[in-house]
Amino acid sequence: MSNDAAPGAAAAAAGLTGTRTSRAAEAAGRGFFNFSLGLLILAVLWWLGGYLIARNPETQSFSGFGLVQTLQSFPELWNQGKLQKAIAASMYRLGGGLGIAIAIGIPIGIIMGRSKRFRDLSNSAFQFLRMISPLSWMPIAVFVFAAWDDSIIFLIAIASVWPVMFSTAAGLAKVDPAWFKVARNLGATPVQMLTQIILPAISFDIFTGIRLALGVAWVVLVPAELLGVTSGLGYAIKDARETLSYDHLTAMVLTIGIIGYTLDTLCALLIKRFSWHRGDA
Amino acid sequence: MSIRGVNISIKGLGYRYSSRGNPTFSNLMLESPRGEALAIIGRSGCGKSTLLHIIAGLNRPTEGTMHFDDKKIEGPSSRWVMMFQAPHLFPWMKVSQNVGVGLGFAGWPEKEKAERVAEALKLVELSDYADTNVQDLSGGQQQRVALARSLVMEPELLLLDEPFSALDAFTRASLQRDVRSIAKRLGFNLIIVTHDIDEAVLMADRALIMAGAPGKIVHEFAVNLTDPRQRQDPAVQSMRARLMDAFHTAAQVAGAPAEEVAEEAGAESSSVSQHA
Repeated sequence: MSNDAAPGAAAAAAGLTGTRTSRAAEAAGRGFFNFSLGLLILAVLWWLGGYLIARNPETQSFSGFGLVQTLQSFPELWNQGKLQKAIAASMYRLGGGLGIAIAIGIPIGIIMGRSKRFRDLSNSAFQFLRMISPLSWMPIAVFVFAAWDDSIIFLIAIASVWPVMFSTAAGLAKVDPAWFKVARNLGATPVQMLTQIILPAISFDIFTGIRLALGVAWVVLVPAELLGVTSGLGYAIKDARETLSYDHLTAMVLTIGIIGYTLDTLCALLIKRFSWHRGDA
Repeated sequence: MSIRGVNISIKGLGYRYSSRGNPTFSNLMLESPRGEALAIIGRSGCGKSTLLHIIAGLNRPTEGTMHFDDKKIEGPSSRWVMMFQAPHLFPWMKVSQNVGVGLGFAGWPEKEKAERVAEALKLVELSDYADTNVQDLSGGQQQRVALARSLVMEPELLLLDEPFSALDAFTRASLQRDVRSIAKRLGFNLIIVTHDIDEAVLMADRALIMAGAPGKIVHEFAVNLTDPRQRQDPAVQSMRARLMDAFHTAAQVAGAPAEEVAEEAGAESSSVSQHA
């Protein structure tokens, strides 16, 4: 058998992989430097703002907003257990809402991607619902659900379901239809088609949708917690404002930023891990 | 790998895309004995690819029946596998995973699956690439992976829908020779749909010319040539000329302009001949 796949080509491919690895390491190092520098600049600006506030006798009472006071308040909040409780309550609501959004959004997105009839029928209704501000559902949610927690979970779910759903549908619309034909030809059952062909094929789009949904959910969570509940990061901010504990307030805002950034980074890593598209890494 | 072919019997087969539309083909009769390599040649739009999809069980005929060894065929099966014009590999899988995907669907245990995959990769000379991402392979290598993915199922019938038309002339010639040699060695049937006359002469035991609308089989040729077949062999050239004449005549009878017919049938053939 003649061969266009000479063994030397495997070595060439290995060499290519080596070059790619060193380039990736270089890019990662550059990325870390930029990341650190960006944060340093932000910290310096914050410190400078806090310093100017503290120096001015008229604004001195707001000096708790400064970087140093904020960082100093973390051990106190931790020792009192306020920080852990607030994070746990918020994460529970975020997880619940996002989980529901994913559980509903992915299957409906797949049906939308596979069935033109369903897509045509549902498009106007979904676009209409999508444009309703999530917080405007709050009075209805409070009326329908007995617990505040459930209301907030509902708000997060209704806000974050759309990116998951539309991203899944868009991902499926881009899939090469021949893959389904090949899989059927090789004997795939409908379940195998879903788990081994459809989901891996659109995993990049699903995780991109989840990443967008996470951003929306995180944005909705804090204002939702300002209304009614007595736990969570949003409530902790409101409580700190009412007790004039500005350092605690800023510490909670900083915590929201850190958690949001961490979750977003995790999503980005998942996208990278599951993406098979060349050039996404 | 132990593969055996199948006796194919097609009676009164017809297909139309919509109930009110014209038939793509109708009342088509075809017999193919165990282990035969059959080429179906025809212009674009004569229904040859549709026929292949129906034989693969991917489309349902609107009339007629198909039997493989007296068993009525009503859907796809891993016993008759199709290779498409493009490899359509799954890019999230490595080479070995792509080759073993059908065995995975059939629930094969990992150990046996790995052995069969290794054997199939050896057959297409890609053993060194088992762990390579398919996106790192050339077009020819990707089509070899698709061939291994089909062969690993130990099919009784391999259907090829212009599988090498997107490849360069050298790779195409090498794959044409290899697929025929593997089919003959393992004993499975081949049905090749093509509009490349050279491909039919180099790969088939028998060639059918399909033409007209609705499409029908208008000519049949026994390609009685010895293996291995060399493009420059006078017997191959003579068979090529006969097929080309028949193709030309059939297409003209079907109403296509002569220049267009010559261009379609000759373009690929001449490019291969020049390189070979």
